[in-house]
Amino acid sequence: MSHYFAEFSYLLASVLFVFGLKGLSHPDTARRGMWLAEFGMLMAIIGTLLHRDIVSYEWIIAGLLVGGAIGGAIAHYVPMTALPQQTALSHAFGALAAALVGISEYHRRSANLGQFQAVALGIEVLFGSLTTTGSIVAAAKLQGLLPGAPMTFKGQNIFNLALFAATLGAFVVVLAVPSAAIAFYLMAALSFVVGVMLVLPIGTADMPVVMSLLNSYAGLAATATGFAISNNVLIIAGTLNGFSGFILSVIMCRAMNRSIFNVLFGAFGRPADTAQTAQAGEMREINAEDAAMQLAYARQVVFVPGYGMATAQAQHVVRELGDTLEKRGVTVKYAIHPVAGRMPGHMNVLLAEADVPYSQLYELEQINADFPNTDVAVVIGANDVVNPDARDNPQSPIAGMPILEVDRARLAIVLKRGKGKGFAGIENPLFFKEHTGMLYGDAKETLARLVQAVNQA
Amino acid sequence: MSPDTFLSALYIFGLAAFLGYLVISRVPPLLHTPLMSATNAISGISLVGSIVTAGGHYGALSTALGFVAVTCATINVVGGFWITERMLKFFRRRKGSE
Repeated sequence: MSHYFAEFSYLLASVLFVFGLKGLSHPDTARRGMWLAEFGMLMAIIGTLLHRDIVSYEWIIAGLLVGGAIGGAIAHYVPMTALPQQTALSHAFGALAAALVGISEYHRRSANLGQFQAVALGIEVLFGSLTTTGSIVAAAKLQGLLPGAPMTFKGQNIFNLALFAATLGAFVVVLAVPSAAIAFYLMAALSFVVGVMLVLPIGTADMPVVMSLLNSYAGLAATATGFAISNNVLIIAGTLNGFSGFILSVIMCRAMNRSIFNVLFGAFGRPADTAQTAQAGEMREINAEDAAMQLAYARQVVFVPGYGMATAQAQHVVRELGDTLEKRGVTVKYAIHPVAGRMPGHMNVLLAEADVPYSQLYELEQINADFPNTDVAVVIGANDVVNPDARDNPQSPIAGMPILEVDRARLAIVLKRGKGKGFAGIENPLFFKEHTGMLYGDAKETLARLVQAVNQA
Repeated sequence: MSPDTFLSALYIFGLAAFLGYLVISRVPPLLHTPLMSATNAISGISLVGSIVTAGGHYGALSTALGFVAVTCATINVVGGFWITERMLKFFRRRKGSE
């Protein structure tokens, strides 16, 4: 009887998960959708607790309480600017759970394991382990505990190839002889190392792709768990997650005009960026008062946020400046590039947190036609996503990447920390254009000065 | 697992993949961050597997691994749904509207 109840709760959960994700197609229905998904999760957990195989509850309850407290505390207190790290850690926890269940299942049944189960357990542990360590490295990079630039060392190519070959080799041995315990545990151990080595050579600017991929792998690990223990809700939920992550990484790659392969392995054998011609001309520095004048008497102003806005925690003062301008009758819009920030949709969440209504947030395709009618475009800590070279110069390292065409606005004001080339080390001709004014300094302070100056204008 | 159960599991996988593609490609870029945390929370359903591992009579090692797995998966589920809810509360159509 309890068996049927569990199966029924899983079916209900699967349906509710799909409805939950369907709700995310619009901000108005999103929360209700998530409540459905949460209810589905609760039902699946209750159904499992009534499972006849379960004989003792103390460790389950302890785990649920400890995990719930930790998860709740993290989610409640983490600042929105640290969302990418938090999400990466969350991937790590989910993937670790899948890997541990896989290892335990193998330990318990290795003597009489069928071929199909060996495949499923192998994939589960492989993806679970590499996602765990990969996500931890990604989180450390995002948090600044590890350098954000690609980390490479001599012989890395050969080391990694050997590592991948050894891991796959161990996997093949497990497939051939499911009871070969040493090969299985070796594969698990190597997979943890693979995760580290995969993410180390990737720079933080490429994190949107990496985050999406790790998201996808965490889901695939859950799917494989479902295959291994013949549980359909795991297969369904894991596949939904796996596909969502995969779709997001494709979208992110397209927004950078790069292949997934290039993002993952681009740090290896990249030619030194010597081919770039030095920019002719001077960057024109303007002061906050002049900039404020232009803003105050504009008809339309478009803000273009990048990761620099997040690091400066400037989203609230951006909204304040936007409000001040709106009160003067200026039309204010926000242009969001798909890969702005460190994870998909990062900028949207930050601006929404700062109380910018989502009707003012525009996607690339929606806003580009509008730049010629824009009096002032304000670039806040964004660089590559507004680089006109991506459109005009086929030799540029980022040629073909879709950009926000800020250079077509009547005036572009660029808020930048210093005169350096920025993270990717690519020259940006936008900064040298005649109708571009540079405002150096901390974005938050600069914006606060602009608010003040606009109020006095 | 017999080849038959494997095949039916493969069926479910294929259909879920198709359904996932249809549903997820309709999520606007505006909500891509909540999408990521929501799908992540949902795949924390491996909690179900962890619970069976922790509570079954499979020996001390399984119980220990299961306990850690339950803890991790719960962090994943609770943290994922909680932060999604926190994010989604921010998205408003107009200023000041709920």
